[in-house]
Amino acid sequence: MTDTVPNPKTIKGRTGDWEIVMGLEIHAQVASKAKLFSGAAVGFGAGPNEQVSLVDAGFPGMLPTLNKHCVEQAVKTGLGLRAQINKRSQFDRKNYFYPDLPTGYQISQLYYPIVGEGVVEVEAEDGSFFNVGIERLHLEQDAGKLIHDLSPTESYVDLNRAGTALMEIVSRPDLRTPEEAVAYVKKIRTILIYLGTCDGDMEKGNLRADVNVSVCRAGNYEKFKASGDFSFLGTRCEIKNVNSFRFISQAIQYEARRQIEILEDGGSITQETRLYDPTAGETRSMRSKEEAQDYRYFPDPDLLPLDLEQAWIDEIKASLPELPDDKRKRLISQYGLSQYDAVVLISEQAKADYFEAAAKGRDAKLVSNWVTNEVSARLAADGKDFSENPLPAAHVAQLVELIETNVISSKIAKEVFDHVWNGEGSPAEVVEKHGLKQVTDTGAIEKAIDDIIAANPDKAAAVAEKPQALGWFVGQVMKATGGKANPAAVNDILKAKLGL
Amino acid sequence: MAIDAATVRKVAHLARIKTPEDRLEPLAQELNGILQWIEQLNEVDVDGVEPMTSNVAQPLRLREDVVTDGGKIDAVLSNAPKSADGFFVVPKVVE
Repeated sequence: MTDTVPNPKTIKGRTGDWEIVMGLEIHAQVASKAKLFSGAAVGFGAGPNEQVSLVDAGFPGMLPTLNKHCVEQAVKTGLGLRAQINKRSQFDRKNYFYPDLPTGYQISQLYYPIVGEGVVEVEAEDGSFFNVGIERLHLEQDAGKLIHDLSPTESYVDLNRAGTALMEIVSRPDLRTPEEAVAYVKKIRTILIYLGTCDGDMEKGNLRADVNVSVCRAGNYEKFKASGDFSFLGTRCEIKNVNSFRFISQAIQYEARRQIEILEDGGSITQETRLYDPTAGETRSMRSKEEAQDYRYFPDPDLLPLDLEQAWIDEIKASLPELPDDKRKRLISQYGLSQYDAVVLISEQAKADYFEAAAKGRDAKLVSNWVTNEVSARLAADGKDFSENPLPAAHVAQLVELIETNVISSKIAKEVFDHVWNGEGSPAEVVEKHGLKQVTDTGAIEKAIDDIIAANPDKAAAVAEKPQALGWFVGQVMKATGGKANPAAVNDILKAKLGL
Repeated sequence: MAIDAATVRKVAHLARIKTPEDRLEPLAQELNGILQWIEQLNEVDVDGVEPMTSNVAQPLRLREDVVTDGGKIDAVLSNAPKSADGFFVVPKVVE
């Protein structure tokens, strides 16, 4: 044995080591005004069945007409995922009966999806990068919503969501840990928000993930990767509709452990659909959907194949905004930021924009620190993100300028920031109003030092033998000057006066 | 492809068509007859022929992303056996 480094991707079992293998299906609601195949509005908060056309309600004879903007959004997303755009795609019917699906079939794209293979580069928590393969992206309709708590014996159906356009983004089984799965979903979400093709609002269910989890003996994943032979992998279970990062991680941990327990007890895994229950912290089988997993897909005879013109794809490509990966690289080269700072800044488009607005002509590293520390912390405390940031970027720029030009010390800057955040005006105004200007007048500093030395002759004598005691004097001077003395000047003068 | 009574039972269930047990065998025979008839199409060599998706070559018609519909709860609920407060009401379905 030469390899003594433990493999962090394995899980210990009673009978040996196991590995988790996961593939994710992310459902992202397309940002659009109208639905995928009808002119009814897409939105949140309307009264029941107000945003429903007869097409959505599955009335006889109603025909679907594809929304051009939704197609454009899917192409844009495909380009953002650096994936292949299929110039011909087709819509199929996925047949099943459920009260949230009035037509009895969902229009989806099984055989010829609009977007093919791509690759996404994901940042891991430790700052390293890993690639996740994208198998496909297709357009499909969302279903309606069932409400179970209005009656003990009946379910209420609201079709407002029925027919809303979704993009289903299917990954390869390239994910190995709960952390990787979460980092991957975060990256996809960031890309979608940059592109403006999905708002990424997980609380409203506009972005949710189905997680396919399987476990295999340690080492088998490598064999699968080398051979492409799925028999090296275990039977997978699909955990449906997980809609928060925390739940994704918890659901995977529970499900992997559950499967390992079954296998170690000599049992076998049944391929099935499961639901994560956050309250109980466990996954459980969705028996009703298990019964009829036969969707009898066939091409939708109401819809012709979708042919995309290269000129239109090129036009969409030209309209793409700067993507997160490109922005990260540019922030590093243009502003000399560290990889870590750049990753934190690009995690939110508005945060990166804010940084760039404040960094013009200023010390970029310092601006980055203020944006990612103080401003981020205040926003988080108020439950806001950067798009709702009340603090003008110019204020951060001015604050940094005051530090750079030695008008205030970094320490006083925190106090200035407090006042500015509380709406007391610009940093310069706050410094003026509260008299926080740094004292660089050596005369005033000297006077304070002389007073302190005179009052503490014993300590002054001791400093010669114990130079660390200088810190005490610095503290006293800062106290005497209300923290406004320039620390460098204080140090220099103290050393001179104490003969160090 | 031969269809037996078990397949008929499964397909009937998937389509939610109630089918008495004594009809399964006769239906299997009828469906086999239909399939055999359709299977004659396999005799035609279609190698290299692109599938025809429409009898007139035309592109798929697209709509603009504009809200033109909705706000017609009465019409939407008009065929519902039961509704309340703007919702369809159905027998309880629980996950």
